[in-house]
Amino acid sequence: MTKTNHIIEICNITKSFPDKVVLDDVSLNVKQGEFLTILGPSGCGKTTLLRLIAGFNSASSGKILIDGKDMTSVPPHQRPVNTVFQRYALFPNYNVYDNIAFGLNLKKVDKKEIEVRVKRALKMVGMTDYEHRDVQSLSGGQQQRVAIARAIVNRPQVLLLDEPLAALDLKMRKDMQMELKEMHRTLGITFVYVTHDQEEALTLSDTIVVMNEGVIQQVGTPTDIYNEPCNAFVADFIGESNILNATMIRDGVVEFMGREFECVDTGFGENQPVDVVVRPEDVYIIRNTEAAMFRGVVRSCTFKGVHYEMFVETLDGYEIQIQDYNCFEPGTEVGMMIKPADIHVMRKERTENRVEGKLVDATHVEILGETFECAPVEDIESGAEVDVCFGFSDVELTDDPDDGISWGTIRFILYKGDRYHLTIRTDDDEDVFVDTRDVWEDLDEVGIKIAPSALRVVRRNNQ
Amino acid sequence: MGRLVKFFSRRRSWSLPYVLFLAVFVVAPLVLIMIYAFQAEDGGFSIENFDKFVHQREAINTFIYSIGIALITTMICILLGYPAAYILSKMRASTARVVVMLFILPMWINVLVRTLATVALFDFLMLPLGEGALIFGMVYNFLPFMIYPIYNVLQKMDRSLIEAAEDLGATPRQVFSKVIFPLSMPGVVSGVMMVFMPTISTFAIAELLTMNNIKLFGTTIQENINNGMWHYGAALSFIMLIIIGLTTLFSGSSSEDGTNEGGLL
Repeated sequence: MTKTNHIIEICNITKSFPDKVVLDDVSLNVKQGEFLTILGPSGCGKTTLLRLIAGFNSASSGKILIDGKDMTSVPPHQRPVNTVFQRYALFPNYNVYDNIAFGLNLKKVDKKEIEVRVKRALKMVGMTDYEHRDVQSLSGGQQQRVAIARAIVNRPQVLLLDEPLAALDLKMRKDMQMELKEMHRTLGITFVYVTHDQEEALTLSDTIVVMNEGVIQQVGTPTDIYNEPCNAFVADFIGESNILNATMIRDGVVEFMGREFECVDTGFGENQPVDVVVRPEDVYIIRNTEAAMFRGVVRSCTFKGVHYEMFVETLDGYEIQIQDYNCFEPGTEVGMMIKPADIHVMRKERTENRVEGKLVDATHVEILGETFECAPVEDIESGAEVDVCFGFSDVELTDDPDDGISWGTIRFILYKGDRYHLTIRTDDDEDVFVDTRDVWEDLDEVGIKIAPSALRVVRRNNQ
Repeated sequence: MGRLVKFFSRRRSWSLPYVLFLAVFVVAPLVLIMIYAFQAEDGGFSIENFDKFVHQREAINTFIYSIGIALITTMICILLGYPAAYILSKMRASTARVVVMLFILPMWINVLVRTLATVALFDFLMLPLGEGALIFGMVYNFLPFMIYPIYNVLQKMDRSLIEAAEDLGATPRQVFSKVIFPLSMPGVVSGVMMVFMPTISTFAIAELLTMNNIKLFGTTIQENINNGMWHYGAALSFIMLIIIGLTTLFSGSSSEDGTNEGGLL
């Protein structure tokens, strides 16, 4: 094998628990010496991935190489990594010094050297003179410093950090972020950091890995991820954003909110449905409505410290979030402009629902675990395996138990300016995507109805 | 009438029945034991009962022997109970609950009945009754009291502490000796108290399982009181209370920083 500068190589890792796939075929390389952050909402599999690297869990399939060596059968105590835990996990039966010396004592390092190294580690985390303190008498921030010292004193090749700052208050968290960054520079070792806080990820990382539902969504530098999100999930998760349905007219021209905009993206083809992302701070808001590209009325204005956050309803009925240093009172008519470079075009992951099913008879089809009525199908024999397509807005949602045909849970809600794009996980574990103007909440149980005429039944392509 | 309503509506008044109960059935008997212990037959204050104990070889021997038996029983209970609790804590919670239930189940049967059954078992297996049977019976009776508090502590232990130790290079054995065992001490201490105290004072088990051949301190107290020697019996009880009090004090100080995780229930 050729020596690469990848300290960790994660190859096709899948981890499933009896009732759930937590990681689905994840591959990732971590470069020697970088600060890599795995970012995602809770339950996205980020902590599981970290635990697999540390060795606390084993993968269902795939392998992890650390420094070129396969770690599959290597127990945690023999891996060249150390972990900083979210809840510190300091040993309450030892004082600060013995906690930090724990790893070195096990390795039978010379007592004198242990003392030198423990003192140096304490100095690094700014806890000199705390050696003989009882760990339970320390504040959360101090405990986490000790936990970091306890890990780095062993000089691991990789330091794994599992949401280490999540339990600290905001001020302390900001201070610790700076210190961690400084520590990373000084130590020169690889940091793999797990967090759900996008701001923390943007501040600290060399590379960010965005995860959702056990799948890596995007890998890139903080600026890449922020400026060029690869899909609606990433755009929505990182920072604030306006995500809108759009049509790419041709290279450099995109249509949304009922008008054409100049943009810098190319290569999407002509008249293709796409999503556009516009960051709230990239929408210019002006009083002069004549010079503006489009107009609207301010609906709300909230002071956020540095800027004001406003929601503006355009004349065409789209709601746009805008951040500006100036306050525009609700009710004010305003004009807005967007620079071509600030319009980020993303390919749509899908333009309609396509689910597998079975044709029951000419007017009924079995999909999503239930039988739906469909428009008469002529050229396909009953009982055949079919694919059924239907549009996002053809689905009608209901909370009336007698009304819904198939049932599911809302897993993800994306606001698209004039409508909500919902991801619904049905009871038989299929995802249905729905556009609606009604307001639903995350994890709501909803019934699904589809008009017979909207279901398009096609023969399954068995390639 | 209004005063009465007001009286009963105060929360403090609700504790009255309990205070009365404690006063009548706990505090008063303890005070009586003390008064009786320091009274001579004629009713005047004296320490002659204690003097009698110190000079009566047999009573002292029984006393030391009882403590010895209690220590051995406690020791065996730790040796058997700790591994059992450890294995239980590693089981899935639902399985562990069932097994813990099985351990507790014999407690539903009266101690005397269980002990009589033990006697019958020894007879059936043609094993001699005596010291061995006594220790067996005591371990059998008190083992659940050792397992449960240890299991409780182990099961509540923060898993990330174990992972942290592994992460820092500890082999499974080192994880146990350096983290799990020290942190389970509060449970062990609770267990010791739950076992040691009753074994010192037991007499029924001793009588039944040794055919009255071996006398424990509890038996001595019971005999004296049965024979009308109230003052001497009270003095012996008082001595036993002091010993139990001392163990409580000792275990209290050693588990000071272990918080109160070791409770039985």
